[in-house]
Amino acid sequence: MPKSDSKPAVKASKDNPELRLIGTPFRRVDGRTKVTGQLQFADDLSFPRMVYVKLVRSTVPHANIKNIDCSEARKMPGVVDIMLGEELPVPYGILPVSRDEHALAINKVRFVGDPVAAVAALTEDQAHEAALAVKVKYEVLPTIDSIQTALKTPEPRIHEYGDEGNLHKKVSLEFGAVDEGFEQADVVLEDTVFFQGNTHLPIEQHAAVAVAEDEDRVTLYSSTQTPHYVHRALARVLQIPASRIRVIACSVGGGFGGKTDPFNHEIIVTKLALKLGRPVKATLTREEVFYCHRGRHPVLMNLRTGFRKDGSMTAQHLRTALDGGGYGSYGVASTFYTGALQTTTYTLPAYRFEAVRAFTNKPPCGPKRGHGTPQPRFAYEIHLDKAAEKLRIDPAELRLRNLLPANSVTANWLEVGSTGLRQCIEAVVAGSGWKERYGKLPEGRGLGLACGAYMCGAGLPIYWNHMPQSGVQLKLDRSGGVAIFCGQAEVGQGSDSVLAAIVAEILGISLADVRLCVADTDLTPVDLGSYSSRVTLMMGQAAMQAAERARELIAKAVGAQLEIPENYLVFADNRVFYSGDPDKGLSFSEAVIAAEARFGTLGTTGSYTPPRAPGRYRGAGVGPSPTYSFTAAILEVEVDPQTGLYNVDHVWLAHDIGRAINPVLVLGQIEGSVYMGLGEAIMEEQEFRRLPKRLSPSLVHKMPSLLEYKSPGFHDMPEITSYLVETDDERGPFGAKEVGQGPLLPIMPALANAVYDAVGVRVDQVPIRPDLVLKGLQAKAKGKEARVGPANFPEIDFGDPVLVHTPEQGGDGRAVDDPKAKRRTGVGSSTGTMKERDQALKEKDSAALTTN
Amino acid sequence: MLRLPPIDYRSPQRLEEVIATLASENVRLVAGGTDLWPNMKRRHQLADTVVSLMSVPGLRGIEHGKDGVKIGALTSLADIVRDDKMRALWPAFTRAVASISSPPLRSMATIGGNLCVDTRCTYYNQTEEWRRSIDYCLKEKGTICWVATKSPRCWAHSASDSAPILCALDAQVKLIGPDGERVIPVSALFRDDGIDYLCKKSDEILTELLIPAGSDQDHCRSAFWKLRRRGSIDFAVLSVAAAVWTDTKNTVTRATVYLGAVGSSPVSIDVESLLVGQPLNEDLIKQVAQRAQKAATPMDNTDFAAAWRGKMANNYTHAALNEIAGLPVRCAPPKHGLTVV
Amino acid sequence: MKARSTTTTAVLKINDEDHAVAFPVHHTLLEVLREECGLTGTKHGCELGECGACAVLVDGEPVLSCLMLAAEAGDRNIETIEGLQRNNDLHPLQTAFADLGATQCGYCIPGILMLAKALLEREPDPSEGQIREALSGNLCRCTGYNRIVLAVQWAAAMARGDDWRPPPEAFHSTSLPQASA
Ligand SMILES: Cc1cc2nc3c(=O)[nH]c(=O)nc-3n(C[C@H](O)[C@H](O)[C@H](O)COP(=O)(O)OP(=O)(O)OC[C@H]3O[C@@H](n4cnc5c(N)ncnc54)[C@H](O)[C@@H]3O)c2cc1C
Ligand code: SF4
Ligand code: FES
Ligand code: FES
Repeated sequence: MPKSDSKPAVKASKDNPELRLIGTPFRRVDGRTKVTGQLQFADDLSFPRMVYVKLVRSTVPHANIKNIDCSEARKMPGVVDIMLGEELPVPYGILPVSRDEHALAINKVRFVGDPVAAVAALTEDQAHEAALAVKVKYEVLPTIDSIQTALKTPEPRIHEYGDEGNLHKKVSLEFGAVDEGFEQADVVLEDTVFFQGNTHLPIEQHAAVAVAEDEDRVTLYSSTQTPHYVHRALARVLQIPASRIRVIACSVGGGFGGKTDPFNHEIIVTKLALKLGRPVKATLTREEVFYCHRGRHPVLMNLRTGFRKDGSMTAQHLRTALDGGGYGSYGVASTFYTGALQTTTYTLPAYRFEAVRAFTNKPPCGPKRGHGTPQPRFAYEIHLDKAAEKLRIDPAELRLRNLLPANSVTANWLEVGSTGLRQCIEAVVAGSGWKERYGKLPEGRGLGLACGAYMCGAGLPIYWNHMPQSGVQLKLDRSGGVAIFCGQAEVGQGSDSVLAAIVAEILGISLADVRLCVADTDLTPVDLGSYSSRVTLMMGQAAMQAAERARELIAKAVGAQLEIPENYLVFADNRVFYSGDPDKGLSFSEAVIAAEARFGTLGTTGSYTPPRAPGRYRGAGVGPSPTYSFTAAILEVEVDPQTGLYNVDHVWLAHDIGRAINPVLVLGQIEGSVYMGLGEAIMEEQEFRRLPKRLSPSLVHKMPSLLEYKSPGFHDMPEITSYLVETDDERGPFGAKEVGQGPLLPIMPALANAVYDAVGVRVDQVPIRPDLVLKGLQAKAKGKEARVGPANFPEIDFGDPVLVHTPEQGGDGRAVDDPKAKRRTGVGSSTGTMKERDQALKEKDSAALTTN
Repeated sequence: MLRLPPIDYRSPQRLEEVIATLASENVRLVAGGTDLWPNMKRRHQLADTVVSLMSVPGLRGIEHGKDGVKIGALTSLADIVRDDKMRALWPAFTRAVASISSPPLRSMATIGGNLCVDTRCTYYNQTEEWRRSIDYCLKEKGTICWVATKSPRCWAHSASDSAPILCALDAQVKLIGPDGERVIPVSALFRDDGIDYLCKKSDEILTELLIPAGSDQDHCRSAFWKLRRRGSIDFAVLSVAAAVWTDTKNTVTRATVYLGAVGSSPVSIDVESLLVGQPLNEDLIKQVAQRAQKAATPMDNTDFAAAWRGKMANNYTHAALNEIAGLPVRCAPPKHGLTVV
Repeated sequence: MKARSTTTTAVLKINDEDHAVAFPVHHTLLEVLREECGLTGTKHGCELGECGACAVLVDGEPVLSCLMLAAEAGDRNIETIEGLQRNNDLHPLQTAFADLGATQCGYCIPGILMLAKALLEREPDPSEGQIREALSGNLCRCTGYNRIVLAVQWAAAMARGDDWRPPPEAFHSTSLPQASA
């Protein structure tokens, strides 16, 4: 029986001030293999009898395929097989609503780089030589090279589906009384802004190896962030049961969203492995990685906001036009994301959001770090800077006055829980000396502030289902070692370390006694993958649950053996002991033995399903998240007024992390986000060359190389001061939120704002190239408007808006039952397979087209 | 992985053998390979046989003498930067060499290869597959120059960072071919043609670089400014190399300014007519800078907006000459310094 | 003009161990290290000299293995990431990179570590500018570089037996300013 003065043990949880591992900087669990060269990435794998695949890619932007002549190529040395599209007729795509891709083009190509044929040969040299010998005849179709061209050119359609012509998706949503809001405003501000596309540029080029094990069993090793979705796509396209396909995500050499789609080469090697009965490998070249793309959409935006004199906002109207490239990818979600999170930082009583995504003959765009939000966030934060000037309110003060309170439901029905944005702004304001220096620095030097918010995991999975989004299994045995099984994929963000640390913390064991088995669809429970900043929160919660269940079993057994009530047992230092007398206890392995003896073989599971969000209108599925992270950043810049060249000297960034599970990794994510944000702000551009129309239909990537696609290097980074704000969110594991994407958001607008503070030039587009700054300076010198950016936003018919009453108005999260709103539902769908959707369209069954 | 096409590779130990091999069809010469191999991987330079200079002894090393310095063609760029005397006597030249790409590349690349480096263009430095999609261009296999579609010539730009400053410093090179050897000024090595950019026969080998003592730091002041996007790796999109000789009264006796990357060869600016006989001052420098802007022909075939690069030719020329004159430099300096590693 | 490539043989001395290999003469050191010697620790991101991922040391000098023919590497002393640790002990650079979180995805790291090793051998106490310059040919998309620079400084200190450590804010948050009134 417990001594009278002893207290029940405090379990390792977020309320426990005595966490041993969580919150302390520790070496990441894969740290050693990553500095010794031991860690194997997908391209490091090889198997006996392995053959190599090289893809023949389209050399024209838009065309019907007339003929593919492989006769010469087939005769070349080493060639084992050449595969064409008809062998893989089933289309796929990450979103059920846009399954518009074929592993190899069938009849039609949609951009330069679209795969047309796959050559397998004994060596990669031979595969390449033969691929060059494949001759493809095309019947060229008109080139759709931009949003503007797509708007003007409904025919020929790049795809036979989509909302109209070459417009893939149209969105029109209205929350609250927007027009009244504008009427109540003292000042209405309007900005037209352009955000150039850019790409992830992971240093590891995508690679995949498939190994056949039987006529209908195969394993794919791939550099993917989403093994589960690749698994599903393979089952679909190869038409064999998912249970016969095993997908193993190797450690990923950088993803940033670029390895979250199922890719052509993954499907092709798997198919070929089954066909040839031998291992098949494809490693993309750098140029091919640019063709996979799925990067940041170029977005043209128009933002109008009504302000009262005190700085509060009355209404906002945002219009966005996305250049989607040749396929759907995540595009429908991306389109919604260019508006969904606009309401999460500042109170916005009424909000209208209209968007359109165009198909163009370029590599498909998709999700890149921040998925769809950096573009409107850029527009919003430079817009606020201008508003602050107009209203004569300090930009930091303007933001503080408008802060969305914690535990709010926004106009578009997002549930925002904890928010540390106030502390974030206060931290960077103090750290940078903002109050003393902003607006007062000598000509050429300036400070800029911006904020942002991001999801900690998308509330809904990519395909509709009622299952958990993350699962964790634990296996414990008499050795005292704990094996953790989870489908999550380590892409460098440190998810393996988070997983191991949570389990180790709860069971009181050291990291060295934990073994991980991750991202293996045969062996690990499903986790949806490393995207939307979901892993720490969702996998973390599942891991907590599994570990707590294991602790309970062990505590029961140990309690019985030592005759101590379970809740008086402490799990720490690889022991399980009595809180009143630490000497009374068992080693962890003895404790597991006790449990194994009592309960038999030990295993526990944990699952996580996000809470259901209150929005019920069509489109409400994009934006909800269990909780949101917040960031504020200030940049200091020095601009050379002679040339427009500038240098970012310092970045102060504060991030609401909820709770830092491992502060070193959190800081690393912040620095990496600042880096990537600066790249986008300063130099990165996914740019294309349209050859003169009268001479050629060609539309090519301008610079598909690491040399000419400029990404910042060692000499291009400023000093960074990072502040972690811990709000201890009740929805996060140990209170933790995300950090992989949020800190990128404020960087681009903060730079634009800093340039304005330095030289009085507004650059309403990114990247902020020096020639643009100089152009602004020259205009200013001539007394003209010192602004560089798009002149206007095109006329677009977004359709009648879906009207939704806000919580403030007493709405219920559903669209207002407005016949006008209803009429549109048949057009754009948000779920269901393409087939289901087509069927529904035929039967005019609009109910089948709605998600919620 | 992007790989080299199959080739026959030779690395003879005698220069004569290298020269003899070059006489056959479809043979290319390689030194450090940092230009040739990428070009061959992308397949815009092709060869059946590649013959290497790297096994030929005696072509490497820096030899300081009273007439100046002799640098063997195979001397690595890293060795030049690390040579204390080079940095002291020809700071602008070493600065130019230190600005070439990145440290590991500089330890492979040779100075001879740098002078002979192929001209560049973003329509040309692309893979075979990419170039197929534009139906090639004048410089390789095609019929049109996409940079200037009506132009009968290729506008690929000179890419060597050492070339403009060596021209400015009156350096010379020694060429050895089947017909013997000759020494020519570096400025005579180049031709204003994106395709046929070198005034040397394909079987002539550059064996030695000579920089005269007359252009060392005791006799003249020189400067090198390179414009590029990042602080490393990138080629110049513009460079300015300048050297000014003055008498004891600070009157200019001779001056040279060359621009890099804004023409198919280093572009010589006529400065002597403005500067000789005068002391360097802001006003004259301004005029030189304007001439530089006029002489530059930046095309849309590399990084940055072409017009802005032209404007930058003015700024950078101004900055380089101000640096030489000891006048305040107002233009933001490049991010890279001359850091020895 | 279809040249048939010839195969050649060489004994490559890698990390002080001899590897007798046969390979096509047009194969680069990168290909031969990874495919013939099984040393996949050396990575590649472009194969064109643009990223530094493939860097190894040849006779102590950093080179880009994607731009060097393996045929040129015979009789020379090649060092790769696999040879950085001594038996089972990490090199100070490896310790510092692992503990400071200077590696994220880890893909660019082998190349960076080799460049850093070459630097520390030449300059045991490098300035920040020297570190940045020495590593400037290596691209990383994850870390933002600053932490790598700090890790090299830390490793240099460890190697010199100096007990300098990166400042606390490299491991924890910079302390938050007092909340304003
Ligand atoms: C990523 C990257 C960045 C680069 N950045 C720069 C830069 O900033 N500035 C710059 O100037 N260059 C740059 N280069 C180009 C190149 O690396 C350098 O110019 C280098 O000095 C070339 O030397 P090399 O010995 O490697 O040449 P190689 O590739 O061996 O040869 C280049 C050419 O010169 C010929 N050649 C070589 N040696 C001789 C000789 N002795 N006699 C006659 N012909 C010869 C060859 O046949 C070949 O055509 C860069 C290259 C890369 C890949
Ligand atoms: S300048 Fe014209 S011809 Fe020359 S490489 Fe470029 S596109 Fe080709
Ligand atoms: S792979 Fe060698 S430099 Fe990129
Ligand atoms: S750690 Fe991922 S690229 Fe550097």
